[in-house]
Amino acid sequence: MAHSIRALAGACAVVALAAPAMAETLTIATVNNGDMIRMQKMTKPFTDANPDIQLEWVQLEENILRERVTTDIATNGGQYDVLTIGTYEVPLWAKQEWLTPLSDLPADYEVDDLIPAVRDALSVDGTLYAVPFYAESAMVMYRKDLAEAAGVTIPESPTWADIKTAAEKMTNKDGEVYGICLRGKPGWGENMAFLTAMANSYGARWFDMEWKPQFDSAEWKAALTDYLDLMTNYGPPGASSNGFNENLSLFQQGKCGIWIDATVAASFVTDPDNSTVADQVAFAQFPNKEGVDNHGNWLWAWSLAVPATSDAQDAAKKFVAWATSKAYTDEVAAADGWRAAPPGTRTSLYENAEYQSAAPFAAMTLTAINSANTQKSSVQDIPYTGGQFVAIPEFQGIGTAVGQQFAAALAGQMSGDDALAAAQSNTEREMARAGYPK
Amino acid sequence: MARAVSTQTKIGWTIAAWIVALLIFFPILYTVITSFKTENEAISGFNMIPSFTLDSYREVQSQYNYFRPFMNSVVIAVGSTVLALLVAVPAAWAMAFSPTKHTKDILMWMLSTKMMPAVAVLVPIYLIFLRTGLMDTRIGLVIVLMLMNLPIVVWMLYTYFREIPGEILEAARMDGATLQQEIVHVLTPMAVPGIASTLLLNVILAWNESFWTIQLTTTNAAPLSAFIASFSSPQGLFWAKLSAASVMAIAPILIMGWFSQKQLVRGLTFGAVK
Repeated sequence: MAHSIRALAGACAVVALAAPAMAETLTIATVNNGDMIRMQKMTKPFTDANPDIQLEWVQLEENILRERVTTDIATNGGQYDVLTIGTYEVPLWAKQEWLTPLSDLPADYEVDDLIPAVRDALSVDGTLYAVPFYAESAMVMYRKDLAEAAGVTIPESPTWADIKTAAEKMTNKDGEVYGICLRGKPGWGENMAFLTAMANSYGARWFDMEWKPQFDSAEWKAALTDYLDLMTNYGPPGASSNGFNENLSLFQQGKCGIWIDATVAASFVTDPDNSTVADQVAFAQFPNKEGVDNHGNWLWAWSLAVPATSDAQDAAKKFVAWATSKAYTDEVAAADGWRAAPPGTRTSLYENAEYQSAAPFAAMTLTAINSANTQKSSVQDIPYTGGQFVAIPEFQGIGTAVGQQFAAALAGQMSGDDALAAAQSNTEREMARAGYPK
Repeated sequence: MARAVSTQTKIGWTIAAWIVALLIFFPILYTVITSFKTENEAISGFNMIPSFTLDSYREVQSQYNYFRPFMNSVVIAVGSTVLALLVAVPAAWAMAFSPTKHTKDILMWMLSTKMMPAVAVLVPIYLIFLRTGLMDTRIGLVIVLMLMNLPIVVWMLYTYFREIPGEILEAARMDGATLQQEIVHVLTPMAVPGIASTLLLNVILAWNESFWTIQLTTTNAAPLSAFIASFSSPQGLFWAKLSAASVMAIAPILIMGWFSQKQLVRGLTFGAVK
């Protein structure tokens, strides 16, 4: 009997001692972007330094991920410990108290090194709720060889009139070179990301201070008319099916004179392994309408957040701090070169001479990000935040519905005026249904 | 003359059948072709001739451990099918050979549950899975897929059983067969084609299911549907990789379907010609 009791006590002691040494598993939900895949492959330094933490990855398509994570958080599921989310979700989810505040990051994290515009977009009332993995604004990418051959100059800060002139002169449809490639595929994160930024640069706004939709305004009409004009005359065929990826492919194959899109594309189009025009690309700021001091205010940051439902808060915070640290950037640079460093998050990266020399797009990317104001994206008074989107929960549905009208106009199925009228009435109905003004 | 017309008609129907078959098969063929293209080729419009690169397969392999979702798919598809048959065979047998005046209503009610969109019951089922510890487990998916496919399985088996003449069972009874002998020696051999095709169809449905298998899993029980979903990228070219992942996911079920097509067709046309 005494032996049995001793054996039992011994077993209990072993279990008790072993318990702290048991590995904690972090489940990380992410999208399948190149930078995310690279991070997944480069976690060895983290797991070596934290042998008590194991990492499990869930990669999903962006919309499925959003849906899946929303269900899990809303039901208090706790399936995930780290989430990859964007600047659209962070303020909305933080206000719902779905995210853990990241106000206690370690001192060596150097939170003040985060680019202020990005940090602001991921903060609510001054508290950081997610840390940026990579960030982007939007800018003009163009073929300097085609511009030179056409005898046009695109200034560093062009207007839409400059873009139109250049697109016209660079177009050679017989040679399958199109003056301009812009997003046309419907979706709140596809054509409406671009068109919202373009409308911002025309002085338009989605809603007035009473939350009344503004598609019947002169500014929206001017923006959509010019967009349709550019794309119809100088854009590629079937442009209403083209999103970021399709335009990336067209540009890499030398079929676009100008492409205005996310700054993160700059590293793809200048990559000699995948782009046939890698050494011919130049950059300029997102255009504005003459007389409107607004360059679109596009700002997006794929960011890492810790859901309030995670039962591994400390380990999760440790991971997000590591994955967005300067040390991680150095590890990427050492392994794959400075061009591969996650862009747009830290001021120090843009002060690094090696990065500047490896990434010819660095200065323009920083200019674009710094000029984005997501707290007031229109020159007019607005009741919402967000740059190329409106940070309200209803925007995914409304933005996609409006995007479908504008894509139909681009495909020639309806006029621009009809698309604006349909957008106005649809949005009025949906906003009334959602109970606005709140 | 009549013979010539008949031959022409036959040729016409054969050509039509081939065209329809090719149209149905074309998306799979194009997926296979795309998986051998480079990413730029894959996104550059319609092109039936790839550069036959294996890069996408290599990348898919390097990003994801295929074996784990594959094993999950096997366990979930086979498990849910076996469980569904265990429940559905007695239910369909009872309704086919001992019908009551409410049998048709019950069958219709069972089928009506399939008319509800799955997302309508997502939150309750999600909560049940969380509270019972079934979230991200194979057994949880076996149960939920069994429940989702059960109405179809019962209906199919009911239809097959109804085709078996009651007189044969009566004759067996008159020869002194017990209920068990009746089922094992008379009913089962006659119903094997129907049961087999139901089994195969259910395995295919369970293998291809993507709503519940993505919503109710994270890492441990995620099957091949989640494996495919992971290769879509919002920023970066992915169609060739996605196609390669799809080919790897559907290859086992296509091979199974190929080898069992005789049984499948025999079962699906069971009772169609009297």
